[in-house]
Parts: sequence; C-alpha cells; structure tokens
Amino acid sequence: MKNWDIVIGLEIHVELSTKTKIFCGCSTAFGAPSNTNCCPGCTAMPGTLPVFNEKVLEYAVKAGLGLGCEIQRYNQFDRKNYFYPDLPTAYQNSQFFFPICKNGRVDITLPSGEAHSVRIHQIHMEADAGKLIHSPAGDCTYLDDNRGSMPLIEIVSHPDMSSAEEVLAYLAHVKSTLEYLDVSDCQMQEGSLRVDVNLSVKPAGSTTLGTRTEMKNLNSFRAIQRAIAFESERHIDALESGGELVQETRRWDDNKGESFAMRSKENAQDYRYFPDPDIPPILVSEEFIQRCRDSQPEFQAEKAARFVADFGLNPKDAATITADRKIAALFEETAALAQSPKEVSTWLLGDMMYHMGDRGLESSALTINPAAFAAFANAITGGEINRTAGKQVFEYVFDGGDDVPAYIKAHGLGQINDDGAIKAAVDKVLASNEKAVEEYRAGKEKSFGFLVGQVMRELQGKGNPGQINAVLKQSLEA
Amino acid sequence: MQITNLTALEVGAEIRAGKRSVREAVLAALDAIGATDGQINAFITVQNREALLARADEVQAQINSGILASPLAGVPIGIKDNICTKGLRTTAASKMLANFVPPYSATVVERLEQAGMIVIGKLNLDEFAMGTTSESSFFGPVKNPWDLSRVPGGSSGGSAAAVAAGEVYATLGTDTGGSIRLPASYCGVVGFKPTYGAVSRYGAIACASSMDQVGPLTKDVADAAAMMDVLKGKDSRDALSLDLPDTSYLTALSGDIRGKRIALLNESFGASVDADVQARMRAAAETFRGLGAEVTEIDFPLFDYVMPTYAVLANAEASSNLARYDGMRYGHRAEGARNIEEVYRLSRGEGFGPGVVRRILLGTYVLSAGQYDSYYKKALQVKALIAQQLDAIFAEYDAILCPCASATAPQIGETLDPQKRFLADVFLAAANLAGLPALAFPAGFDAAGMPIGAQIIGRRLTDAEVLNFGFAFQSVTDCHKRTPGEGAGV
Repeated sequence: MKNWDIVIGLEIHVELSTKTKIFCGCSTAFGAPSNTNCCPGCTAMPGTLPVFNEKVLEYAVKAGLGLGCEIQRYNQFDRKNYFYPDLPTAYQNSQFFFPICKNGRVDITLPSGEAHSVRIHQIHMEADAGKLIHSPAGDCTYLDDNRGSMPLIEIVSHPDMSSAEEVLAYLAHVKSTLEYLDVSDCQMQEGSLRVDVNLSVKPAGSTTLGTRTEMKNLNSFRAIQRAIAFESERHIDALESGGELVQETRRWDDNKGESFAMRSKENAQDYRYFPDPDIPPILVSEEFIQRCRDSQPEFQAEKAARFVADFGLNPKDAATITADRKIAALFEETAALAQSPKEVSTWLLGDMMYHMGDRGLESSALTINPAAFAAFANAITGGEINRTAGKQVFEYVFDGGDDVPAYIKAHGLGQINDDGAIKAAVDKVLASNEKAVEEYRAGKEKSFGFLVGQVMRELQGKGNPGQINAVLKQSLEA
Repeated sequence: MQITNLTALEVGAEIRAGKRSVREAVLAALDAIGATDGQINAFITVQNREALLARADEVQAQINSGILASPLAGVPIGIKDNICTKGLRTTAASKMLANFVPPYSATVVERLEQAGMIVIGKLNLDEFAMGTTSESSFFGPVKNPWDLSRVPGGSSGGSAAAVAAGEVYATLGTDTGGSIRLPASYCGVVGFKPTYGAVSRYGAIACASSMDQVGPLTKDVADAAAMMDVLKGKDSRDALSLDLPDTSYLTALSGDIRGKRIALLNESFGASVDADVQARMRAAAETFRGLGAEVTEIDFPLFDYVMPTYAVLANAEASSNLARYDGMRYGHRAEGARNIEEVYRLSRGEGFGPGVVRRILLGTYVLSAGQYDSYYKKALQVKALIAQQLDAIFAEYDAILCPCASATAPQIGETLDPQKRFLADVFLAAANLAGLPALAFPAGFDAAGMPIGAQIIGRRLTDAEVLNFGFAFQSVTDCHKRTPGEGAGV
C-alpha cells in the first residue's frame, strides 16, 4: 500500500501558429537567422506601440472551445513588469486580470482504458520573450529577438493529476486538440509547446496539499515522465527523512536526470501587474465565438470512433493513428482508395512508423502520396507482391514514389505465384537440406520454418508465402 | 516685415504665391536660430544645412508642379525631441538617449513631411517630458524668450520658446498633463492638446500612455487648426487612434460662437491664483460675452483631486514605460558593470536625471503589491469620477474656461520644490485624465509684461469647436500678435 499521493498540475505554454507576431507584423517562421524576424516594435524601440493581432484571439478562442472552456467576453492585456535581457519592453504583455478562457475540462482515457478528467483553470494570451543563447565558452550571452512577441497561450490546469501516466495522457490530449484545430504545430523540440510541471506530495488520503515545486525546461514526453519520477521521489525522500521542502522553481536537467533549484518563493518578484494602457480592451462577440465553434474540426476521439466503425480498425490502432492529425488524414485518404483499410493501417503503423522513427521525421515532413500508398496496399492485398518485397516497395512509397506498378516491374519484385516455379524451388531446397528434413520428420516443427525461409531465399524473396507453405508441406509429407 | 513675423499660414501662402521661396523660408529660420538660440536653448539638434536646403528644393519643386496642396507646404517647423525622426537624433532630453538615432519616424512627423513641411530640428524639453519648467534637460535649461531669467514652462519648453522667439513658424509638442499648454501660456503662444486618440502617438516616446497626446504650438489658432488638419486621424500603428471625419478644422473656423455656453471655473479666482491672471480671466470672459457667448461661473468640486489622481496614474505608467531603457539594446550603457543587475542599476542610475528617477520610484511604489489597491486602483476610480463630473458640466455647457496657470512664468531655479513645480499643471491635467481637447491661447500680460494664457476645454471630439472659441477670441483681440522683441525679451 502506498503512503503518499502525488498531486500534479500543468502549465502548458503553446506558441500559436499565426503568420505574424502578436503585436507587430513580423513573421513567426521558425528557423530564420537570428534577429531577422524583428522590428522596432518587437524590440521595444522608443515610441513604438503594440497593435494586437486579431488572429491570436481567434486561435485562443478555438483552443478554449476545444478544451471545454468558457470564453470570456471582456479581455484586456496587462503588463507583467520585470527586467530581463530577453524582454525588450521590460514587461510581458499577458492577461492577468481577465483571461480569455476559464473553467475548462477535458476527459481523457488512460492507457489502462480508465477514464479520467482534468479541469482547466484558465487559458490566457501572452507574448513570448526573446531567446538568450549562452556561448559555450561561457564568456558571453547572445540574444535572438526572433522569438520575442510570438503569440502564446498558457493553459493552466487544476492539480487534477496524480501520476506521470495521467500527465502524459492529458498532455497528449491537449496537444492533439491543438493540432486538430491547427492553432499550433506543438513541436516540443522547437519550443512551440513547453510544459511546466507543478508537483507536490501529501500523505495518502490527506486533503491538505504539500509544498509545491515547479519544474521548467521539459522538452519531451520522456523528460516529463523522468522528471515526475525524480521529483516525486525527491519530495517523498524529504518528507520521510524529515527534510524540508521549499516552494521554488526548479530546472530539469535531462542529461543529468535531476532537477535543480532556480529561484525560491522568497525571492519572488513583484510583477506590478496593471492594464496595458497602449492596448484597448478586446470585446469578444457571441457571433465571433459561434463562428469559432462552427469551424471546429472532428477531434481525435470522434475520428477514432469513426475509423473503428468505417474502416474496421481495432480501437487501439484507431487511437494511435488519430493521435496525429496529419497521419489520420493520410490514413483516411489512403484507406478510401484501398481495397483493405486494414492493410493500410498495418503498413502505416508498422513500416511507416519505423521509417519515421529511424529518420527522426515528424508527420509534417511526410511526403507519402495517398494514391501510391493505396496502390501499394492493393498490390499486397491482390497478391501482386508479397510482404518481403513489400518492405522495399513501401520504402519507395515512403520516399514519395508515386508509380508503384512501374517500380515493382523495374525492380522485378512481382510475387511468384506459379506452382511449377515454387515446386522447383522446394525440390531444390529439400535436396540440399537433408538434415533439416529429417529433423522435421522427427517432429521438430521449427525446421519447417527454416525450410520456408530457404525456399523464399531461393525465390529471391518473391514467392507467394501461402503457396510455399502448401507446396512444402505436401512435398514433405509425400 | 521680417519673414519670421508671419504666421505659418501666411508664409505658406507667400510660398504658394511665389513671393517667397522655400529656401528663403528655411534660411530665415536658420538665421533666426543662429541669432537667438544661443540665448534661449530651444533646440537640441538642428538639421544639417545642406540637407535642409536639398529638402527645401525638393519641396519647392513639388509645390511648383502642384503635387503639394497643403497650405503649410514649405513651412519650416520644429519637433519636440521626444518625437522620433528617422535618421535624426532623438534624445528625449536625456543622457539615456543622448545618442539615439531612430530608424523610423513618428506618424506625425511623416504626415507633416508628406504635407511638405520642413523639419528644421529637434526641440528641447524636460527630460522624458517630465517637468513643468524645461530645466531638467540633459542639454541645459530652456529660457523664456520674453525674459531670459524665466523658465518657458514645460515640458514642451523648447517648442513654445522656438515659436515665441520666431525661430520656426510652428512646432510639435506632447501633452500628458499640460506639457503643451503650460509653456504655450508662459511663452504667449497657442498650444493645442487634441482629444485623446485624435492624433497618433506612434513614434512619440511614451510618458504616460493613457494621457499622452501630440499637438501643435503656433502663433495663432488658425495655424493650430491647419496643423491639426495634417496631424489628425486614424493610424494603424496606434491602436488607440480614432477614425475621424475627414473635415478640415481650418475651414470650420467661423469665429461665430453666438449662443454658446461657457462654464467659467470659479477655481480661476482661487486664493493661489495671481491677481493679474484673475483679471485677465475676467477680461476673457467679457470678450467671449462680447462675441455672443453666455458665460456662467461654476464650481468644479473635484478640482483638488485632479493632481493627486494624475500623479498616481502618470507615474505608474511612466515607471513601466521607461523600464525599456535598460542599457541592453540602445541608449546609455554604463561601463564597468560586472553582471546583469549592475548593467541595469548603473545604466539607469547614470542615464536618468533625478526628476525621472523620482517619478519612476513613485510609479513603481503605487503599482507594488499591497499598494495597488490604495493608489493605482483608487486613482482609476477617481479618474472615472472626474470624467463623470466633467461630462455633467458638458451636459449644460459647450466649453470650460479657466487659466492655464495660476501665475506667469517663474524665474529659472525659483521653483526647486518638485511638489510646487508639479502643481503648475493644476488647471491642465483634468483634460488629460478625461481625454478632452484643450486649447491654450494668449489672453494678455501681467504687470511685468509676461504672457498670461487662457484655456478652453471642450467635449471629447469637439476639437474643431474648441479651436473656434480661440479663433473667435483672436478675431477681436491682438495680444497674440505681440512678440518678445516688442516686450522685455530678446
């Protein structure tokens, strides 16, 4: 029986994928040379003024609706005042007094199949800061203002999670929802989705929350999982050994696998929030909210259910495929053209995922042509190629190839379905593998598989596996 | 007649008629600056002579070919040095920005240049527009052209002094709590603070964003209206700028104010108001009556709350607006800092003068945890009450009449008590709190021959009407035509 309850809440910072920044016309494109996506406005030159990008409001409202929030009609931006070199104005524009969304709730399904709910306290809009890059020699720090004034939303959950499993399921749900809404590309590596974990530990069953720490710099699901394990253990150790926990912000070091104190609450800054007098209040109309609601896409859960119903997928595969909006779209387009949607899902979940992982590709980088993918799947279903040759053909499709029949022909990958050719190969293999044949006849089933492999090798991997099995069995028992 | 004694519209008309060249107008301004500015110190930066003459020729060609239709085309002007001018140093009269050259121009500068006006240079002011005397400039104090031992008022002291001294025909100032109107009053020129939002703030270095407005200082009201025709209107770069009808304020000047109701504030005759000022206010009221307006004396019960409210809000906003001057990207950066904290502390400590530091400290205090509710939030509530009370007055009256200041310009160094200096704006800041248009115009002189300014405050968006009150006044008076040369000045 466990003695401690872990209590976790998340703050998720999401960079919105609007074309321009939140208060100026600069591009938000990722990867531009340093300090090229900035202007007098987002570098806070004297006399410049912020002009709010209405697209940010639209994206924030869509995100709020997607996460079950109430949309607030009156909005303003407030200044959060503090000095830091990555903050040119020396105040961050955020929504302190009147956040755009409140009281959300998402219902998630844990890997165990169990249902769980996480309440969302609020979502607010804000401007990102620039990026400091410390020189490896440690002698200077560079500043890149490209990220400064990028639009962000911060999604603040209630402390409704008690394990890494719940956190990851919640995070996956939020990420998928935002991706389906196309309001963010949610790339954790590029920093467009950043997670702060607030964690505390209390005696099992207690209603009083323990001392909370906040962990920053969590760049992947894996880092989050490890950080929660480390931090909850650190809390429990401290509590069990009578040590003291301080409320503080900690930085997760993924290389060391440890968290380190950044600043404690005693050193907390007084941000002197006040309404930004340069930005007029933003009133959100009921019509605007309705338009955002009407434009909502089919989200993951609905889509997965439909894939089960329409394409006969099992729920687990449907969940995996729909976890990524772009992969779901690829599946759906391909399956519509294929004789067997199941064949499509098999290759998509198998070889496609393998190649993506192997090459480190995100779904956004996929160049697969759905028509070619379908032609490939149909070639498998129709017995034109077998699975072994299929691996080579699939890689061609994965790389963007679009003429599957021509590729099969050019590379001689067509399946050998001719009984005579297969019989000849079987005879040859039996003649040169007497030991294996004897073993099989003595009852060693494994030897059968070995012989199948030899026949397939004889046929250069192109033999029809069903026929090989049948002919081999017949010959052995003759 | 010296060309510099003409008004901006008169010079513009002569240029269009071919009686004067733009070059002559520019050279006359440069000569006047050369002759007088060593004494009054109105300019921080004067444009390069060759560049100005090239610009003059360019504008002349455009006038000749009929491209430029503005009645102010070719007129030399000056810009307060807290308004950004592309490629021309913009200092806010602070060590902090002593070498700052903006890569952009303020919208108001772009508009004046598009109309063919010629920016001769940048005008001195109180550091970051914080002050009422123009003594706090890093570039030395401005002197009053009427009496060099006196201040010109602030913060737009250079803007008022340059017009009064005939160095340029018109200038731009900024007004957060009276910074256009106080120096206009002390220097005997016209100063207009438009309705909040009527003129873009883009490129004007922020003091207190919710009250800052750019406006003209000119020799007479017609010039101010002509300047406003160029300046006013929506700017996509200032979210608080207003879409205004495209009607000309200049054309709207009829001088007819018959039947208009004017509320004369009883506070104009308070114990702290000089007898000469009181006398000129009574005379002004008579003048308006003579023009067919009805003048009624009324109380403004919240008068005493104007300055405390203004102080809290202005300092709070300024403390945040001035935080960007941190020595990181531009502006003064201290030598010898050993860490980030020291870069901030030393750069800001060295870059800002004591008046600016005091306001930043006060503003930081009123926004801090535990003080916000009792100061900033309370001030916002009182501001709303003041605006309501003014609305109630405007439900019955078309305009409010009061002096700009309790007295004429003080001696340089006389008002060293910051609190006393601050209270110079007591008649002026209400218009900023409520975002109302307000006009300062010459209403006579005191016994020492120093100018006294009267003020007309109007309803929001009645800028043209406010200007018309002043225009009517000037159509029957001539104190605005007197220049320092005829009086005690240079």
